[in-house]
Amino acid sequence: MKRLRTHAVLLAILVAATGLWPLAAQNQNQQPEIELVIGGDGNSPPHYAIPDFVAASADATEIAQTISQVLWDDLAFEREFDLIPRDVYKSIPPARSPEQVPFASWREVGADAVFFGSVQRSGDKVVVQVRLFNVRTRQQVFSKEYSGTASNPRLYAHTVADEVHLQQRALKGVARTKLSFVSDRNRERLLGPIDNREVKEIYVSDYDGANQRRITTTRQLNLNPSWSPDAKSVAYSSYRNLTPQIFVSLIYQGVLETPTKSTTVSNMMPVFSPDGSKIAFVTNRDGNTEIYVMNRDGSNVRRLTNHPAYESTPTWSPNGQQIAFTSDRTGKAQVYIMNAADGSNVRRLTVSESEADRATWSPAPFNEIAYAGRTSSNGFDIKIHELATGMVRQITFGEGSNESPAYSPNGKHLAFTSTRAGGTQVFTIGRDGRGLKQITRSGNNQTPAWSQ
Amino acid sequence: MLSIRGLGIALAIASLMAAPACNRRKPVVTPQPAPSVEAPPPVVTQPPAPPRATERVEDRQPAPLSEDTVADRSLDELNRNSPLRPAFFVLDSSDLDDAGRSVVTGNVDVLKKNPQWVVTIEGHCDERGTAEYNLALGERRAAAVKTYMVSLGIAPDRLRTVSYGKEFPFDQAHNEDAWSKNRRAHFVITAK
Repeated sequence: MKRLRTHAVLLAILVAATGLWPLAAQNQNQQPEIELVIGGDGNSPPHYAIPDFVAASADATEIAQTISQVLWDDLAFEREFDLIPRDVYKSIPPARSPEQVPFASWREVGADAVFFGSVQRSGDKVVVQVRLFNVRTRQQVFSKEYSGTASNPRLYAHTVADEVHLQQRALKGVARTKLSFVSDRNRERLLGPIDNREVKEIYVSDYDGANQRRITTTRQLNLNPSWSPDAKSVAYSSYRNLTPQIFVSLIYQGVLETPTKSTTVSNMMPVFSPDGSKIAFVTNRDGNTEIYVMNRDGSNVRRLTNHPAYESTPTWSPNGQQIAFTSDRTGKAQVYIMNAADGSNVRRLTVSESEADRATWSPAPFNEIAYAGRTSSNGFDIKIHELATGMVRQITFGEGSNESPAYSPNGKHLAFTSTRAGGTQVFTIGRDGRGLKQITRSGNNQTPAWSQ
Repeated sequence: MLSIRGLGIALAIASLMAAPACNRRKPVVTPQPAPSVEAPPPVVTQPPAPPRATERVEDRQPAPLSEDTVADRSLDELNRNSPLRPAFFVLDSSDLDDAGRSVVTGNVDVLKKNPQWVVTIEGHCDERGTAEYNLALGERRAAAVKTYMVSLGIAPDRLRTVSYGKEFPFDQAHNEDAWSKNRRAHFVITAK
C-alpha cells in the first residue's frame, strides 16, 4: 500500500513537472481489470469529445448545454487533452443513455475518450450524471452523479473538470478556483473633498471570468487583494481611514477583520503565508516603506527589512521559509530574496533588468518567480526567472504594458494585467506564454490574485 | 538505513517512470507499443456501472459588506478653490526642485495664517511605473514635502501623508503633458 502511495505521488510530480504522458508508468499500475487512464495514439495526448449533455427533463436543455460547453472550456484551458472541435462530431446523434454511446462513430472521428452526461431538473433542483468512456475499450472510467441548485450550472462542469484532470492526469485543475482584483467599473465617485476621483473596489470572479462580483462597497480606494490559502478570505488594503490599512474579508460570511488599525501610518500589500497563519505586508511606520510580518489577527508584528531605500511587494516561497520582494536600493526597483524568519540572507534575484517589480513565487513543483520587467520607457512585460538555472524567459512581448503577475495554484497559469485591449484589464496566460485569455472587459481592472 | 532504502526504491520507481517520459520528448525512433487502433474493440458484456453515491454540489457566492464611509462634506468648497498649490516632481524622483520648494514655501505661509488647518499631503505618480512601485514612490514624495514643511516651522501633527501611487491621475491622457501633471504632491485641507 505504502509503495503504491509513493508511486502515486511520484506520478503526480512527474506529470506536473514534465507535462508528459507517463504511458509506461500506467502499465505498472496493479489494476488488471480496468485501465482508468485513457491514452492517445502513440505519443500524442488523448483526443476528447464532449457531446452536448442530454436534457432528461424538458426544462433542463439550457443547463445541459451550459455544462457541456463549460466543461469543454475547462478541459481546453489546462491543455492536457486534445479536444476535438465540436463541428467534427455534429453529425453524431447524442446518446440518450450511457448504454447507447455509439463507440464506432466516435472512433471514426478519432476520439479516444468521450463523455456522456445527462441533466434532470425539477424546479430549482438539478441532478447531473456524468460518465467518461474509453472509446477503444468501451469501458467506463469515470461515473458520478451530482445534485444541487440550478443557480450556477457552471459549477457542475468545473467540478467534473477538476475530478477528470485529477483522475486522468494527476493534475490539480483550477476550474473551481477564483480570481480577485481591483476595479473602477462602477464609476462611482469618491466621497470627500476631491470630486473627480473614481473609487476602486475589490471584486471576485470564477477563474474564467464568469460571476464577477464586488466584495467591498466602501466607495473608497481599495487595493492589492490577496487570497488566504483556504480561499475563504481576501486580504486587501483600504483607504477608508485616509491612510491605507489592511482588512481581511471573510467573503462568504460578510465578516471583516482589521489586523491593522492606524490612522497615521500606512499598512498595505498584505500576502498570506502558505499556512495562512501570518501576513507579510508593507508599512512606513518606521519612516519609509519596509516589509513586516504579523499574525493574521495583527499580533506579533516583526520587521523583516531595514534599509533607507524602499522595500515592498512581498511574496512567500511555497514552503514559507523565504520571501521575495522589491527594493530600489540600487537606484531602480529590483527583486530580492530573504529569509522569512528574520529578513537575513538578502540576495538580488533580477540582475539583468533595468527595473523589476511585483515578484510572485510559483507553487511547487515549479521553482520559479514571475515578475514585471521594464521593456520600454512606458511599459513592462511579464518574465519568469527559473531559480534552479537562473534562466529568464519572457511571457508577454510588448503589447501594451503587462504587469502584476499572479500564479494559478497548480503553477501552470498566470493572471496579469495588460493595457493591450483598452484600459487596464486582467488576462490569464500559460506559464509557457500560450493560451492568452481576457478575463475583464468593464472599466479598469488591476492587481489580480488567484485563489487555491 | 531504512530511509536510504526507501529513497532507493523511490528513485528506482522514478527512473522507471522517467525513462519512457524522456523518450517522448525527443522524437527519435524508439520501440513503441503497437498502436491499438486496428485491434477489434473488446465485447462489453456488462452495462456501465452506475454512479457512486450522489455528491452534493453547493454554490456559494460572496456577500458584500455594508457601506461604512461617511465623508465630511463641509470642507469640499474650501478645497475646490484651495489656496494650497500642488508641487510637481520629475520622473521617478521624490526630490523637491527649486520650483517645488517655492510652491511648498507659499503653502507654509498659508498654513501659518490659518493655524487651525490640518492638511493631508497626497503623493501622486504618473502611469509609467508599476502600480505597486508607484505606491512607494508617492509615499516618498509626500514624506519629502512633509519634511520640508516641518523644517519651515509647521508642526508635524498638522501634516498627514498618504500615497495614491498612480491610482488617481489628475489627467487621464497618456502623454508627457499629462504625466508631468500627475507627478505631484497634492494638498487637501482635512480640518479647519
